[in-house]
Amino acid sequence: MKAIRPVLQRIPKLPSVKTQAIKISDNAIKKTQLTTRFFREVGEFCLFAWLTLKATFSRDFEFREFLRQCFKVGNKTLPLISLTGLVIGLVLTIQSRPILANFGATSMLPGMVALSLVREMGPVVTALICCGKIGSGMGAELGSMKVTEQIDAMEVSSTNPMRYLVVPRVLAATLMIPVLVLYADAFGILGSWAGANIKGDVTFTLFFTQAFSAIWFSDFFPAVIKTFFFGAAIGFVGCYKGFTAGRGTESVGKAANQSVVLASVFVILIDLIAVQITDMLY
Amino acid sequence: MEQEISNIAREATAALPPKPVIEVKNLRKGFDKVEVLRDLSLQLFENENLVVLGKSGSGKSVLIKCMVRLLRADAGTIRIFGENVQEMNDRELAELRVKIGFLFQRGALYDSMTIRENLEFPLVRIKKYLSRKEIDAKIEEALENVGLSDTINKMPSQLSGGMRKRASLARTIVVDPMIMLYDEPTTGLDPVTSDEISMLINNVKKKYNTSSVIITHDIACARATGDRVIMLNEGEVHMEGTIRSFEQSSDPLIQSFFKFREPSSAKAQPHHG
Ligand SMILES: Nc1ncnc2c1ncn2[C@@H]1O[C@H](COP(=O)(O)OP(=O)(O)O)[C@@H](O)[C@H]1O
Ligand SMILES: [Mg+2]
Repeated sequence: MKAIRPVLQRIPKLPSVKTQAIKISDNAIKKTQLTTRFFREVGEFCLFAWLTLKATFSRDFEFREFLRQCFKVGNKTLPLISLTGLVIGLVLTIQSRPILANFGATSMLPGMVALSLVREMGPVVTALICCGKIGSGMGAELGSMKVTEQIDAMEVSSTNPMRYLVVPRVLAATLMIPVLVLYADAFGILGSWAGANIKGDVTFTLFFTQAFSAIWFSDFFPAVIKTFFFGAAIGFVGCYKGFTAGRGTESVGKAANQSVVLASVFVILIDLIAVQITDMLY
Repeated sequence: MEQEISNIAREATAALPPKPVIEVKNLRKGFDKVEVLRDLSLQLFENENLVVLGKSGSGKSVLIKCMVRLLRADAGTIRIFGENVQEMNDRELAELRVKIGFLFQRGALYDSMTIRENLEFPLVRIKKYLSRKEIDAKIEEALENVGLSDTINKMPSQLSGGMRKRASLARTIVVDPMIMLYDEPTTGLDPVTSDEISMLINNVKKKYNTSSVIITHDIACARATGDRVIMLNEGEVHMEGTIRSFEQSSDPLIQSFFKFREPSSAKAQPHHG
């Protein structure tokens, strides 16, 4: 017996069964709390979506507020989107030219750039910019209205805040973001033309004829359709995060931040789904 | 016109024994297992100013938010004009809320709108039958009543704290409520402005014949406005009575509220004209 003792002592002490059990149960509690929080969030999200839908199809549409929001959505993002569109077109052109030149296919340049702009780059980049500018703006604005009880004030004065605040914003984003995407596409092609003109000399009309002859309705149509969904997602997520902001001032920042993150995730997911569907159809 | 009809209705019922306008029974409300209101019962009678005192965090705001169902009570009943608030559908609730004016603790003015638009917002949605002229007249009258006629085109951010409270008060009285719920109307204001607000509260009662719940921890405001006082503590009614009975109470909690403040004989009634 005495011989075994030193050997036993050298074995590291096992943590007691009790502490192990506590650790495991703590972990389990944390995990269940996380899961319940997740499901509660999903539930709240669905409820909010339902209330928004209900408010959208009720009477007394707030037309003036809708116009104001449309103006805000466009006005806020136009400069940034123009610049981004222009630069993307320019960069795409400059970078693709050497590759195409290798195959002696530089004449395909306008069509290729236009196609990638219209199908993917324009919609996704514009939508992501709008997540940052519009989604966060709505999250912060409605979040601060929530924190300062302005939304409660609306509710007690017998006005449905969903109808006055959420519906005009979601609709404005849904309608304006496709417009902004088309605008970004146009600026992208303009940038591409400028890029093509750095080396070589293409007339504007020739460039545009080449660009547009590459784009078919089947490229254009699905790309436009998905931008409506991008817009709806951005507006909706911004409003949802604002409305469900907590009670302290710091929750305004959180709401804005989370709007951007969640809206971006939605945009990317919608894009993924849209690509799959387009692939199946054509 | 509408005012007259409601006055006539009030006179007709005056002969009957007093029926509570608001009746709260055994109200319970908690958040995430923390009980805020445990077992709260109170009544508000016609044309009365009921002051609700209590430390901050004692659930005073929660109480009046339950009354207009901004928050759902966990248990108990709240009856307003005899109707159970908990069981109302959306339409009934909207109809009830039209009769109640709610003054929020921090004013809750819509900060993207001018003062005129702030007042117009509830007015055009609640009283859809009014003409443009009548709306303007009503807005001007309400602002005049709170002494803010010259700020009609300003933004809320351009006003001082006291002016914002008054503008907010104007926004609630512009739709002729029958019940007023004031959430800490004088908190954060200097004594002079507080007295002005207290006087306004009394004026509103006189002019619009309202029954009011006034939540406060400001003793001066309670003295100036209260017909009856209720003290909340630990989610229950700690004491109920007149201001005088509170002042003479030997209860340590109540004394700590009234300590260091001038006795009621030196009570500062706001003087204005
Ligand atoms: N919407 C809410 N969600 C969670 N907790 C709340 C909410 N409203 C109030 N509370 C809590 O209830 C308690 C009472 O709050 P409140 O009624 O605002 O106090 P006061 O008497 O100062 O007005 C506080 O502890 C507060 O944190
Ligand atoms: Mg409060």
